[in-house]
Parts: sequence; C-alpha cells; structure tokens
Amino acid sequence: MAVKVIHPGLSTTVQDLGRPGYYHLGIPLSGGMDRFALRVANMLVGNDEGAAVLEAVFMGPELEFTAPATVAVTGGDLPPKLNGDERPGWEAFPVKAGDRLSFGFLKSGARVFIAVSGGIDVPVKLGSRSTYTLGALGGHEGRALKAGDELPVGMGGPGKGSVPGALRRMPGNPAELRMLPGLYWHRITAESGRRFFADTWKVAPEADRIGYRFRGGTALDFVPREQPFGAGSNPSNIVDACYPYGSIQVPGGTEPIVLHRDAVSGGGYMMLGCVISADMDLIGQLQPHAAARFVEVTMEQALAARHDRQAALQRVRDHLGR
Amino acid sequence: MTIRFSFGGDEHIFGEVSESMSLEAFFTSLSMTNAIRAAGIRGVTEICPANASFQVKFDPDLIRPGDLLKELQGMEAAAAQSEASIQTRIIEIPVFYQDPWTHETLMRFRERHQDPSKTDLEYAAEVNGLGTVENFIKAHSSQPWFVSMVGFVAGLPFLYQMVERERQLQVPKYLRPRTDTPRLTVGHGGCFSCIYSVRGAGGYQMFGITPMPIYDPTQQVAYLRDEMCLFRPGDIVKWKPIGRDAYDAALEAVEANRFEPVIRPATFSLSEFNKDMAGTNAKLMEALNGR
Repeated sequence: MAVKVIHPGLSTTVQDLGRPGYYHLGIPLSGGMDRFALRVANMLVGNDEGAAVLEAVFMGPELEFTAPATVAVTGGDLPPKLNGDERPGWEAFPVKAGDRLSFGFLKSGARVFIAVSGGIDVPVKLGSRSTYTLGALGGHEGRALKAGDELPVGMGGPGKGSVPGALRRMPGNPAELRMLPGLYWHRITAESGRRFFADTWKVAPEADRIGYRFRGGTALDFVPREQPFGAGSNPSNIVDACYPYGSIQVPGGTEPIVLHRDAVSGGGYMMLGCVISADMDLIGQLQPHAAARFVEVTMEQALAARHDRQAALQRVRDHLGR
Repeated sequence: MTIRFSFGGDEHIFGEVSESMSLEAFFTSLSMTNAIRAAGIRGVTEICPANASFQVKFDPDLIRPGDLLKELQGMEAAAAQSEASIQTRIIEIPVFYQDPWTHETLMRFRERHQDPSKTDLEYAAEVNGLGTVENFIKAHSSQPWFVSMVGFVAGLPFLYQMVERERQLQVPKYLRPRTDTPRLTVGHGGCFSCIYSVRGAGGYQMFGITPMPIYDPTQQVAYLRDEMCLFRPGDIVKWKPIGRDAYDAALEAVEANRFEPVIRPATFSLSEFNKDMAGTNAKLMEALNGR
C-alpha cells in the first residue's frame, strides 16, 4: 500500500508526535503543529495516536491511493474531496485503489492532518518519522513532499466514526494565547509589560513551523542597563541561550516571535516567557493576519489548562470508544 | 555565581549562570547539566547546556515543576565547587578565508550590513583595530576556541575564544539577518564564532568556509556515521587557514568519503588555563600536532 503524491500542496510534510532528546544538538522536536488534531486523525482511522500522518498548511495536496484504506482529515476547515466529491472533515471514510483525495479552499484554521490506516511508513530517524526540513532529517527524504513522491503505508486495521464540533478545539477570534511571563521578562518596564498583554497582535506573513511572528502591537520599553559582555549591543540581545518551545522572543523589541515545533534551539534574543503547552496547538491553526492576544497566567493555571486539554482528548477517545 | 532560575512555560526550567559570557559561567552550566543528566530525574526529557546558561525540559505530568526546581537548586552548590577540568577533544577545522562563495553571498546582502562599502572581514578588522584582513585572520586562527554551545540549528557550534577578554574579537551581527548563508560558512557575531551546519538564514559576519561537513542527517560521511553531529559542548577547535588548492583537495576527499578530520584527545583545566593561557594553548597545540 502506498500514497502517491499527484500535487504536493503548499508545504505538506510527514509528521508524528515528534523527536524528543536531541535539542542539545540543535535538533528540535518537530511533529504536528496541532497535536490534538493529529491524535484525533489517527484515532479515527484506527491507528496508534502517534502514527505518522501528513500535515498540510493553507492548501491541501492531491493524493492517490494504491490500495483500499481508511482515511480521515482533521484540523482546520480545508474541505477534503474524494474523487471530486466533498467529504466531511473529522470523519473516517474508506478509499479504494485508484481513489484520489484533493481539497477545496481553506475556510478557517491553517493546517490539516491526513491520517491513513496503517500510518505513513517512512523510515524512523532518531526515534521519529517527523520531518525537520531545516536539517533535512526524517519524513520523506528530509523534505516537504513533491509531485511524484510515493509514500509507503503500514498495515492498518479498521477505523470509523466522526468527532462533532463540540469536541474539537480551534482558536477563537482573537485567539487567546495564555503565557507564563518569565525568562527575561524583567528586562522590560512594568508599563511595557502591561501594554504587551493589552495589545491585540496580528500574525505576520513570516509564520511557519519554526515560529510565528506577530506584529501590530507596541514596541517594548527596556529597563536601561549596560549590555553584558558577549551579549551584543541591542537592548533585546542576551548572551546566546537556549530557546524553549513556545518561548516569545522579541528581536529589537518590536515583533514577538513564538517558537514552535521546528524551533531554533538557541540564540541571542531576550524572551518574555512562554506560551503554555495547552495553547501551542492553537498557534498551529492561525493564519497570517489572524488576531491574537497574549493572556497572562500563573503556573497553577497553566497546569490546570494542561489537564483540561488532556481531558478534552479523553472525551474524544470515549466518544470513539477507544 | 548564583544561578537565576525561571520557568519557561509549564515544560521548561531555564537557569542563567551569568548575564555575561565567561568560561567560568560555561563550566558551571556544563557541570550543572552533567549533574542533572547523572541524576536521571524521572520526567526530564531534554538537558541543554548553553554558553552561560542551561535549559531543562520536563513533563509536568510526571514531576511537579516546583519539585524539579528544588532538585536543581540542590545541585547548585556542588556544581559550583566541582573541579572545572574535562577530558575532551581538540579538532582541527580547515578554513578557506575570503572564499568566493561567502563573498558572493555577502555582496548580495550589503544593504543589511553596518558598512556596505567593506567586506565582512574588512569591517571586522576595522572594528577590532587590527588594520588589515591578514592581521584579523591571524588573530582569528592563531589561538584555539572552545565549543560553548551546540544549537540554533542541527549541529551548529558556538565557539568562544581562548584568550584574555581584552584580546577577544567582537563584531556586531548584521543589522538585519540575511535570508541566505552558504552551508559550512565560518561566521562571527558578538564574541562568538560559529560554523553554519546547513544553508539558511543567518546574522553573523561571514569570514570563510570549511570543506568539512559537521552535520550529516543521512549518516553517509565516514566520520559522522555514529553521530549525525560532529560537535559537543566542551570540544576545542583550532582553525587552520587554507587556500583554494587545499580547499579543492579537501573537498575532493570529502566527496570520495575519504576525508579524515584531525581529532585528538585533550585535557582541559580551567584553573590551569586561567593561570597560564599561552602555556595551556601551547600544550593543546602539541596534543593536536603530536608534538
């Protein structure tokens, strides 16, 4: 069984839950930008939740199946079409050999996850099938898909069911991204910090798997200091340090960048804190120009939100009888 | 030095040993991360040393953030007192300074540079008061460098000069980052040099290029078969200036997969280095060149 790529879409990559353990070498986690949707896609087709799927952004690919299988598409509202007929998202459907899957235009969200029963069976690299394109590692030949690629698919079991809207999770408008201030938060003035939370930001065109840039808010005011040796001369510079996932760096104090699954692992810009783990999936569903606000939370609130997210996933498992 | 701890969201703890760069701060960060690794704490998933700080990623479902913080704080005193001495490696990196490829790239991005009328090397020589590019290359390549961090992208080393602070080369990064940097460019920003392991964006000044791959995700390169990334924090590097002929010959050897990097075991003690930098570096050169 294989999936043939007729048209690759804008940037379609193989992703699973990621590749932990190599960040100290600069190799990031990678994996789905919306892992809730990735897990649910796998549940619908009867796979392990962490099986490899295809992640497509803004524009769907066109694919052909060489054998019967079950397919499900979750994530943003990018309508799947089987042989030209529209199919609902978040629902398992069977495909036959020679069937073609294509997509309509994106209505909301940013990314879809296409699961095939058996999972995309590219070689495992450092414990994961995820694609890290910057390092040409994992996935299909370490890169986004191209027309003519043929992806092996594993042996799958049956899948069925659908997940109603109430059980899904997508960002609001504006998206509310909860963040825990910390790291170099003390480098900005109290008034500047207040404005950071009060402003509504917009996703900039520079938004990809490495990070999401935001603009439209007020530039930061830094607490004056003599720059430490080795840090660089801009007040937003620090001695190059590790960058956490979800960390919000602000080069030059103007446009915040939230690092995501293909994060650069370190660098010389101060960070204001991190978007909490529960809200990282929401960022993966933001389009350029989408409005977003950063909402301050405490560690206790961040952990409660994490538990809420796990409970939401459990409700989907219960609904599907898994 | 007292480590400043801060949570990075609900999955990271960040520890800043010092705001400013020094080998002392690096060694404390390295001994902290070694101690954390040795402790085998349940729930810890990534342990990353950096130049003067470090980061630990954890699963808060397995360990409470406050409990992990207390454990790390408990290791601080021991890490600060540990003997800053390591068994490491010294690696020779051939560099073709003023090569045509980084030159072509830097000319494409002149409008993002502090001084569009000069090359990156001319600018670096001027801001360091060294007069000529030749003097700058000599200062850059005559003393060894310490790998104080690996990251940014896969396998990229940050390198810190093993000389007195007054003699350290410092060059600002580009005013705006380039969208392109040739693979294996030797760059410099602030007080750090680096080798770009892959082609891509970058803000460091570009001085030259090495023929020697340092990251290989396909694990075909003979010396990268076991580890995709050549460098580890604590490695010591000596740049070896080479010309076009030697570069071409090395590249041919790389392509035929018979290139053998010069890598020798070495011992490094921070207290001995601080007592006698010239003497310590001379011993490292002996280790590299087999006397």
